[in-house]
Amino acid sequence: MAEITTTVALPAQGEALLELGGVTAGYGAGLILRGVDLTVNRGEIVCLIGPNGAGKSTVLKTVSGLLTAKDGFVRFAGNDLNRLSPRERLGLGIVHVPQDRSLFPGMTVWENVEMGAFVLNDRALVRRRLEEVTERFPIVGRRRTSLAGSLSGGEQKQVELARSLMLDPALILLDEPSIGLDPKSRTAVFASIAQLTEDGRTVLLVEQNARSGLAVAHRGAVLEAGRVALTGAGSALLEDPEVGRLYLGASAAGKTPRLDAAAPAAAAP
Amino acid sequence: MKPVGRAGLLRAGIFFLLLALIPVLGAPGWLLTTLIFTVMYAGLASSWNLVGGYAGYPSLGHVAFFGIGAYAIGLVFTNSVGSGFEPFLLLPVIGVAVGLLSIPVGWIAMRTRADVFAIVTITLLFITQTLAFNLKDLTGGAQGKSVAPPPFPVETFDWPFYYAMVVMLAIAMAISLYFRRSKIGLSLATVRADEDKAHGIGVRVTAVKLLAFAVSCGLVAMIGGVWAYYVGFIYPQFAVDPLITIGMVLMAFLGGRGTLWGPVLGAFILVPAQEYFAQTFGASELYLLAYAAVFIVIMLFLPRGILPSVSERLARRRLAARGPGESPGTDAARPVDPAVRMEAAR
Repeated sequence: MAEITTTVALPAQGEALLELGGVTAGYGAGLILRGVDLTVNRGEIVCLIGPNGAGKSTVLKTVSGLLTAKDGFVRFAGNDLNRLSPRERLGLGIVHVPQDRSLFPGMTVWENVEMGAFVLNDRALVRRRLEEVTERFPIVGRRRTSLAGSLSGGEQKQVELARSLMLDPALILLDEPSIGLDPKSRTAVFASIAQLTEDGRTVLLVEQNARSGLAVAHRGAVLEAGRVALTGAGSALLEDPEVGRLYLGASAAGKTPRLDAAAPAAAAP
Repeated sequence: MKPVGRAGLLRAGIFFLLLALIPVLGAPGWLLTTLIFTVMYAGLASSWNLVGGYAGYPSLGHVAFFGIGAYAIGLVFTNSVGSGFEPFLLLPVIGVAVGLLSIPVGWIAMRTRADVFAIVTITLLFITQTLAFNLKDLTGGAQGKSVAPPPFPVETFDWPFYYAMVVMLAIAMAISLYFRRSKIGLSLATVRADEDKAHGIGVRVTAVKLLAFAVSCGLVAMIGGVWAYYVGFIYPQFAVDPLITIGMVLMAFLGGRGTLWGPVLGAFILVPAQEYFAQTFGASELYLLAYAAVFIVIMLFLPRGILPSVSERLARRRLAARGPGESPGTDAARPVDPAVRMEAAR
């Protein structure tokens, strides 16, 4: 059992950290991703939007290693990820926060956060990280002895974000962090996400709630039928009439908007 | 993880000291015989618990490895056992060999989960039993295979077997304790809760499952070896007996899966109960009914096993004593042991 390395030479701020080229992937025989090209630069928040089934979550899985790309390349700081196990990718500093509740409901909040550092063996380091994370996410300290399953959805999401920081990751993959949250919790979660890049972290975010996602992101990418159909600055995509019509539920030319359930709350004055 | 609690060590020390003293204090023969089988089942259930309890894989095929360990002793010591202690010295070799042998088996079986895993492993049991019946050159088939009788003095004849079983139980419990206190136990707890989530935080899921399976099977084989040497005659239907598999599973369930003392408690209730009922109801099948009744009653009132149910009840009482201001899910609602909490969360 080889020990994992927790350090890798990262590119300079603003240069390509994660590169996907021609990535195809799927479950069983079918393909979900049909040639995804995407670059995420260091220090950026990139938001992937797109309809259900476009393959947004699948992109994240090919990066974290829960799914292996069948074709194409996935590179992280110049390293080819395709052959690496999820554990090895964690060691490189890639942490995935999946869509469904990923905490262990029967363990306490504190234990769950500690679990985020499962692959580390340096206890002093783990303790230090726990302190840092608790400072940043006060809920970890406040509810440390509560069972994770007894927390509300929004609280659990905060704990999941806290847990993801235990490995001091360079890249955080967030899958639908706002799903199932009330507007107040959602605001708190997006505020936490915006903070993540302050210390040089990079975030690849998947959001069904496109308006909030793009608002917090530096750049956005629209995924459609397994390909990246459109990329641009987050604000530019927000103003793009076509994107607005299809994904934001706003009507640019007076056509009937396709409302997604979360959009009206986000759009309310 | 956490240091071994002093109270826990003391408890274990007293328990094993008592076990060690029983023959010396002049226990009658019937008591010692009953205890040999009780301690044997406690060891089997504790070993089973490594994979069935901590990892959450309910194997029904463990007796296959028990049988293999038994036949290993029978094959090597058909004619002579020398001073009588040589078979015990072979046990570590059997443990390691069977542990290694079980890895490919586990690798295939553990690709399935829960009830499918139970069915796959019970198939293993019957395959092994069929092989034992048919590989006549090795096993003597239905004619059975005898182990050379040990030259132990009559008055202390049972002692070596008794102490061998006690040592096996101590090893199984020490390994359980080591698992619980190390990252292995933590890994197994995450595997038992949710293998996908375990993958996500970097647990080596397959490796840790196979480790638990191999250690568990190796221990069971060693106990099988002691058993074969004690009973002296190995028949396929008794060495690879579904009742032994069911015994170890029931005892672990009864006492509490995924706890250190649960399997031991289960064995110390069920084996004497079975002996008592067999005495009381004689050769009729009634004793099996009584045996089943004990089990049903306990499952009705303490469905998750004795230890988890009791510790949960105590925790609830403590919570109630603190008054209504306490929110659920705080310290008091936590059962003592993470595995129990995992179970409670299901």
